[in-house]
Order: sequence, then structure tokens, then C-alpha cells
Amino acid sequence: MQSNIMIVGVGGQGTLLASRILGDVATQLGCDVKVSEVHGMSQRGGSVVTYVKYGDKVYSPVIAEGEADIILAFEQLEAYRYLRYLKKGGMMLINSQKINPMPVITGAAEYPQDIIDKIKNTSAEIIPIDALSLAIEAGNAKAVNVVLIGLLASRTEIDKGIWESALVSCVPPKFLEVNKKAFEIGYNKGMALK
Amino acid sequence: MKRLMLGNEAVARGAYEAGVLVVSSYPGTPSTEITESIAKYDEIYSEWAPNEKVALEVAIGASFGGARAMSCMKHVGLNVASDPLYTASYTGVGGGLVVCVADDQGMHSSQNEQDSRLIAISAKVPMLEPSDSAECKDYVKKAFDLSEKYDTPILIRLSTRVSHSQSLVDECEREEKNLREYVKDTAKNVMMPAMAMKRHHYVEKRLEDMRTLAEDCEFNTVEKKSKKIGVISAGIAYQYAKEVFPDASFLKLGMINPLPSKLIKDFAAGVEKVYVIEELEPVIENHCKILGIEVSGKDILPNIGEFNVAQIRKAVFGEDAFSYKIGEEPPIRPPVMCAGCPHRGTFYVLKKLGLIVSGDIGCYTLGALAPLASMDTCVCMGASIGMAHGMEKARGSEFSKKVVSVIGDSTFLHSGITGLIDVVYNKGRGTVIILDNSITGMTGHQDNPATGFTIKGEPTKSVDLVKLCHAVGVDRVRVADPFDLEGFEKVVKEEISADEPSVIIAKRPCALLKTAFRGAALRINNNCKSCKICMKLGCPAISVVDGKVRIDPTQCTGCELCVRVCRFNAIGGDDDAK
Ligand SMILES: Cc1ncc(C[n+]2csc(CCOP(=O)(O)OP(=O)(O)O)c2C)c(N)n1
Repeated sequence: MQSNIMIVGVGGQGTLLASRILGDVATQLGCDVKVSEVHGMSQRGGSVVTYVKYGDKVYSPVIAEGEADIILAFEQLEAYRYLRYLKKGGMMLINSQKINPMPVITGAAEYPQDIIDKIKNTSAEIIPIDALSLAIEAGNAKAVNVVLIGLLASRTEIDKGIWESALVSCVPPKFLEVNKKAFEIGYNKGMALK
Repeated sequence: MKRLMLGNEAVARGAYEAGVLVVSSYPGTPSTEITESIAKYDEIYSEWAPNEKVALEVAIGASFGGARAMSCMKHVGLNVASDPLYTASYTGVGGGLVVCVADDQGMHSSQNEQDSRLIAISAKVPMLEPSDSAECKDYVKKAFDLSEKYDTPILIRLSTRVSHSQSLVDECEREEKNLREYVKDTAKNVMMPAMAMKRHHYVEKRLEDMRTLAEDCEFNTVEKKSKKIGVISAGIAYQYAKEVFPDASFLKLGMINPLPSKLIKDFAAGVEKVYVIEELEPVIENHCKILGIEVSGKDILPNIGEFNVAQIRKAVFGEDAFSYKIGEEPPIRPPVMCAGCPHRGTFYVLKKLGLIVSGDIGCYTLGALAPLASMDTCVCMGASIGMAHGMEKARGSEFSKKVVSVIGDSTFLHSGITGLIDVVYNKGRGTVIILDNSITGMTGHQDNPATGFTIKGEPTKSVDLVKLCHAVGVDRVRVADPFDLEGFEKVVKEEISADEPSVIIAKRPCALLKTAFRGAALRINNNCKSCKICMKLGCPAISVVDGKVRIDPTQCTGCELCVRVCRFNAIGGDDDAK
């Protein structure tokens, strides 16, 4: 058994922390794990993608097109961009937030309309949530990433305590409280949507 | 206990466990985190050098001094360091010497896609290539032993996907290594023609010895499975190939230079068809062909970009991957200058003045993209100044009054200062803008000789850029704030019209620095006429939402550059426009 999870978003949204939490969870499960991160140029507001793969034995750290079990999308346009990586029958968790890319800001391109409906129409299974509002409710707009991790946790069979201890090892102590709250809110939202 | 580690952290861990004492590097994606991780070990002296050439020279000196030493850089950094590398290949080492070079297949963060294996071959330096974090640690440790045993520097080839992927690593204790005794040995360490010729003979013999080693060493391993297909691969490409060919036999090459011959021949003889799966240049493939072995490789896979599993599957088996499709192409999302970035002010002014901008490499290269779109060239680090001087010599000094070069603080000290000396010495009149944001930004905030801190965060002397420019003979040196748009524009106009060389230091700290100014998020008020002049700044926080200009409060740093360009007093205050 192998699980392939992708985290996609915009540089600066905290996808790296989310992938590290997930990597920690998989390590606690005693799996072989690979987490492929993005550093450098695209961290400056570009499109970013991290891959987390775990199972008995993982080779490529990168997930191929059509092979992601779950895609955790931090932004609509990025959900759209990486949809082709989703496995048949896979699931996409989407933060409904929109962040305009520079070609849209300059007027060279348009932000596609009704992305969530279009993705739905492909028959892919999706769960859209407004993670930004939930993060603000938790006390910090920057905690979007951990709200989404909470949502993801609600869709896996993995024990909640494992996620919580991953939070403790990955989040700086200063921000732990707000992130614990964000996780809880995301998790509960996910449970409520079941 | 096994711990999840980046390839780069694992390289650092390997060096630590191998008893390394000195590491000198220059940052460059994807190699940077190696030396950042090294800096956390108190047992190791580490530093950021001004450039890769100096970094490698420091490591060579430490090695001659008897210590195990290492230097790390990105692929193009090895070009800068190749001068010392080629001759260190002749001298050999004192303490073990390892050079880590990180290639960037796919050009995630680079200006070209060169294959460092070719440098290893032409410098006649042995090269190892790990394929995951555990191997990163293991190979680096063993590289130090090999270096001392065969009296040679060793190259470790990394790549973006190995350097920036985390996988599990077992940590071991550090083995302290005593300094080797320092012996004066001019025949070995002074490379004048007569001595160097003897050493060249040694180098050829060493390569022969290492070829023998390559035939039977722990780095090159055979996994026997099906006889139908045999795959020869190395590094990250091996990991992709393992997914594509689960039943094939494999020859995994961990030693890339020199390559074994008999091992490859025997492996090929035992299977019906051989595939060589390697990114970029056909290094292994050409070696096979020289041996007279029929293989498939670059006939079906490109020598451009990084591979992925779906692509290899398609090339080999003709299988298309499943995918959910929508049919329209989403707009691209290129990287942008951050909200609050000091470079934005500089490029806004340069665009307004319609100047030709000889560019360089750093966050400011993003000034080449719309809407600022005001950089004309970018070739390599430090090139901006020499290139502007070349344009002047080609087209005359009147033309050059429309040209400026722009260069970051770290890049200026890396290799821009020599260009400036050329301008002064050869009677140029160019204007150079040093974008001093007090940090090496693009690679993720490393200190440099102008920031006043070492890699360990200790205070140190900082280069005084004004005095430095004066000292090389530039009389016109001015410091200006790029966010004072009017003042900055005036300074640029004055300096480009002067008939002598000039330097403008555009000084304002990177918006991501802890010490940088951070104000409350700004808002658009009811005065807004939707003229959208603020959007010409290319600030990612400003965009049109539901037909109205809006500032995204999660991104805005309150830098007020937009306030300065607004003609209607429409930014600031509390009320969002209705
Ligand atoms: C020879 C070489 N070494 C390293 C790099 C990686 N690199 C790109 S830009 C840069 C430095 C950028 O710093 P600075 O000039 O201060 O500009 P900033 O990004 O802070 O605006 C580095 C190290 C490179 N491209 N080429």
C-alpha cells in the first residue's frame, strides 16, 4: 500500500509546513516516506507543489500525473492547475480562496470562472472549504495551512493523536496554540461535512 | 533512530559524522541548505565565502592544512570554482576534500541546465551520485575516505529532487579526525609546469585505479530480476525508473566518474534489452556505446528538463496516464517580487525613465517580468556591469547614457566588483545601481560580506560599499532610497548624464527581514477613481476584485509605495471603497 498526497498552492501560503506535518505523521506510522519540497525562486509567490508519499517502500519522491490519492489545494487556480495529477477516484480538498497571479493582475489573462463547479463536472470528488475564514476564526489568517491539514486528517484513517503530536514537533512553540485551534477547526469542519 | 531529512541536511550530517572541520560555500539553489545545516554544528567551522571560487580555495587550503574540508555550490557555481577544481585534481589533498555540486534539472531556480558530470569528467575528478537522503549521508562519509585513500578531491553530484526531498536517515556518532600533519611538499602542492606535468601522470594513474575500483565497489550495484529488460541508471533518475520498471533487472551506478566497463558489459550480456535512464546529457549512454553495447536512452527520452514517471512510461511503453481534464489552460503563476520589496521602487523608476537595463541575478531579476518589465539582459552572476560596459564600447557613450546596470549586494561582491574595476580602468562612463537590500535574498536570506554578520549570526566587519567604490576609482557614489520615488529618479537622471563612471546604492532592507519595516495593511478609500496606476507597481497585494481595486490585507506590508504613486489620495484611511 502506498499513499500519494500532493499539496499545491501559492508560494508564501505555508505549504512547506503542511507537507512537513504530513511527513512526520507518516514517519510515526512506521512507513517509508518521501517528501519533495520546493525551495528557491517559486517560493516568491509562484505556483508551488509538494509531494508526500508513504508506504512500504517509496522510490520516486515525485507523484506522477494521474497518481495522487489526495490533492490538498490551498487556492482555487492551483487546484485547477494540478487536477490532472489526481488518480481516478481520488479526492481533492480545496480552499476556496482566490489569489490573483500577476498575469491576471496586469490584465494579460483572466482568472477562470467557476473553477469549483468545473472540477466537480469532471466527476472528481471534491470538498471545498473556506479555510481562510476558518483560520481567522482560529486567530491567525496565516494558519490556513493547518486548517487544511485538519481537514485532511478528518479524511484519513490515521489516529488523531498522531496528527497532534506531529503538530507539536513541526510548529514553533510560539505558534502552537493558534495552530492547535486551527487544526481542530479544520478537523471538525471535515467531520461535519461527512 | 531514523529521521526524515532533506538530501541537503543528510549531506551535512554525513560531513559531520565524517569529522569534517572546515566548510566554505556560496549559496545557490538547490545546494544552500547543506551549508545552512552545517552551520548548526559547533564542531565544524563554516562560512559563506563571497563566491564559489573563494569557497573552494578555502576548502583546498583547509585540506592542505590537514583537515577534512568541504565546499558546496549549485551547478553554475562550479563554473566559477572550476579554476581551482581542475588544478586541485592535480595536487590532490591533505585532509579529505569533498565538493558538493547540485544540478537543477528542470531549471526550477537557475539560468541554465548544465550537467555537472561533464565537469567531473573533464577535471578528472571522481564523482559520486546519491539517489536519496540515506545515500547522501552515506556517500559523503565514504567520499572523505576515498579522497584520502586516492589523494583526490571527490565531487558529490546532487540534483533538485535529491537535495530538496526528505527521506529517512539513520544518524550515527561523529568520528573525530585528527589534523593530518602539515608537510611542505612543493612537488605536489606548487603547480608550476614541471611539477604539474608529473602530477598529470599521477592523475591518469589515479583514474585507472579508480576505474578498477568502479568495477567492484559498494556504490555500483546489480539487482537481478527479469532477463527481458535491464535498466542502467543513477541518482534521482534511478528512483523514477524503479517505478516504471518494477520487474526489470537494474544496474544502479552510484559512482558516475569513472564509470565501470566490465560491470556494464556483464550486466548488458545478461538481459535482452538495455535502457539507460539518465536526465540531461547521455553520459552513461555514450559510455555504453563506446563499449559497443546497444542501448536505448536519448532516442526515446529528451536531454532537456527533468524526467517524471509518466513521461518515461509513455516513452517506453506508449502508455498514457489517466487524467481528469477541463480543457482550458489555467493562467500561469510566475514568481513575483514580494509585497513591500525594495526592488519595486527601483524598477518603477527605471521603467518610467525608459532606460536599457543591463541586469543580473537575484530577486531583482523578477524586474524583467510584467508589469515592471524593465530589465533587458541577464546572463550570469556579476555580468551586468561588464555587459553594460561592452554595450558602451560597441555603441558609444551617448547610447550608454540610456543604459544602467543593476546588481544585488551579494552579487556585486560575488563578481560585480571586477566589472566595476574594468569600467574605471578602461575609461567607461557607466552607471551602476547596487540594489543593497542588506541580504542575499533569492536563495533564502544568507548573510554576505556587506551585512555585518557571519553565517553563525555573529557580528563582523561589513564591507563599506561606498568606500569600496571610491577605492576602485569611482568618484560619483551616491546612496538613495528606492522608495523615495522622486528623489531616486532625480539621482538616476543626474548620474546617467555624467561623463564619468557612477554608482548609486539603492538602500532599503528586504521586506522579509525581521528588521524590515512592517506597517498595518493599507486600504483603498472612497477617493479611488479606478485609474489603476497603483497596479503598474506589480504588487501582488493589489488587484481588482469584483471590478474594484483592492489591497489584500494578508499580503500588504504597509510599505506605502502605492500611496506615493496614487494621484487621488485614495490609499490609506480606514474605509474600504464601497
Ligand atoms: C554562480 C552562481 N552562484 C550562485 C547563484 C545563485 N544565486 C542566484 S541570485 C544569488 C544572490 C542574490 O543576492 P543579491 O545579489 O543580494 O540579490 P537579492 O536576491 O537579495 O535581491 C545567488 C546566490 C547563481 N545563480 N550563480
